[in-house]
Amino acid sequence: MTGHASGWLLQAFSSLINIGALLGVFLTLFALISVLERKILGRMQNRYGPNRVGPFGLFQPVADGIKMLIKEDIVPARADKAVHFLAPIIIAAVAILSLGVIPYGRNMTPFVIDGGILFFFAVGSATELAVFMAGWGSNNKFSMLGAMRAIAQMISYELPLIITVLPVVMIVGSLNPDKIVAAQGAYSFSVLPHWFVLTPWGAAAFILFFVSGLVESNRTPFDVPEGESEIVAGHMTEYSGFKYATFFLAEYMGMFAVSGLAVTLFLGGWHAPMSILEFIPSYVWFFLKLSILLFVYIWLRGTLPRTRVDQIMNFAWKFMLPMAFTCVIAAAVWHYTGRALQGWLWSFAVIAAVYVTLSMLLETKKKFAPRTYRFAE
Amino acid sequence: MSNAAFVIISILTLAAALAAATLPKLMHAALSFAVMFLGISALFFLLGAEFVGLVQIFIYIGAVAVLIVFTILLTRHDLGKVRGFNWGGGVVPVAVFGGLMWAILKTKSVSIPPPHIQPVTVQRIGELLMTSYVWPLMCVGVLLTTALIGALILVLEEKRE
Repeated sequence: MTGHASGWLLQAFSSLINIGALLGVFLTLFALISVLERKILGRMQNRYGPNRVGPFGLFQPVADGIKMLIKEDIVPARADKAVHFLAPIIIAAVAILSLGVIPYGRNMTPFVIDGGILFFFAVGSATELAVFMAGWGSNNKFSMLGAMRAIAQMISYELPLIITVLPVVMIVGSLNPDKIVAAQGAYSFSVLPHWFVLTPWGAAAFILFFVSGLVESNRTPFDVPEGESEIVAGHMTEYSGFKYATFFLAEYMGMFAVSGLAVTLFLGGWHAPMSILEFIPSYVWFFLKLSILLFVYIWLRGTLPRTRVDQIMNFAWKFMLPMAFTCVIAAAVWHYTGRALQGWLWSFAVIAAVYVTLSMLLETKKKFAPRTYRFAE
Repeated sequence: MSNAAFVIISILTLAAALAAATLPKLMHAALSFAVMFLGISALFFLLGAEFVGLVQIFIYIGAVAVLIVFTILLTRHDLGKVRGFNWGGGVVPVAVFGGLMWAILKTKSVSIPPPHIQPVTVQRIGELLMTSYVWPLMCVGVLLTTALIGALILVLEEKRE
């Protein structure tokens, strides 16, 4: 009996350690990235960025946090109090939960589950409901419009996001993130890692996955849900103070989760790029890859203007979805033509053929035509 | 341990289901419906059916609940209106419950101890879907593709006018 009780206690404590480590690492990363993002954007726009608080402005997140905490929390009089209150909590909880199944290093998966990839997407799908709760609970037209936009684009891009994961799952034969990382652990000539991004289908799927992830986390080229020039701040319009900060946190946590999954699926997870470099701890490699992807997120934000809603939708259904299915077929071709140079060429041919045909088909119709309105003139 | 969890999850699930049936605001009812789906998936997890639990969340919270919410939003104009509780509707669940209870109490197979079944892994489900059940799987695929094309045709027709 005592053995049973201590086993239970051990489990509870190990869970607590996992949760503590996860929250500690990612909240620190969130604080860091929030100041780094402003610094990098500043660099790209020829200005300094935050540089007042602490050395190089590094304590800026502390100042931001204190400011957010002591701000007044305003709830609209006609808002649905319970739904308005729950939305930011659910959205942040979901984002943090999906971080739990990613292998951060050798034997460093916080939550080992056989269907880890499925868990990631299952939990992530609750985000849509939370965004909707925020929009509807605020009882504000801007909020509602923002929520509708967010849900529309999230549902559209969830399809390519999940279908681009399929080829990896097919080739590895498992939904377990640890096994997916293990399958990419070998090296050719001890310098060429067997990462899936280095195969044609993997490269295509990685790009599609990254773009879909960008949309799912409502980041800049696709941030129409909170387009401040049109609908104030979308579903976050009626949130202030710490609740707004929670939305902000959830956005970044979602970004970390999607990038972490991209690293796990395509960039070899925690494996080193060369077998000589394996003496560097595995989690260093993981977070190095993660920060490269996060830098690309910030870089895109500094580079690209916001897309239009109809452009986003057209892109999802006319380009992303067919290309995602092509990745599945190309992966099958790669597998059946022997997973070597010959397979590489064949699967490249499949992807190139579909890509060229698709772009020609999309090209023939109206080129950069002005938008036609159906209900307004 | 697992018994206590079962009781707690069941109470939460039932409470959410009851709330979905009785809450005056339609949107609150839809949201507690989603909570109920979460409770059911927790029960699946408790039974060791990981895959079914995850699919339950994925489909019912990620798709069905969002669909319900959208449907309410796009069809109803009196969202804020507080509607009374329809007691007549209570007859149907009571009748279903009574019928099921009667059937369950009458059957003898409950007392048979369950045979030792190995836990169903995702891998095993995948193998079965690709071997024994490949024909139904293909049929479902064709059906879904037809539905997708049908939806597209509906949208196209509307645009032509």
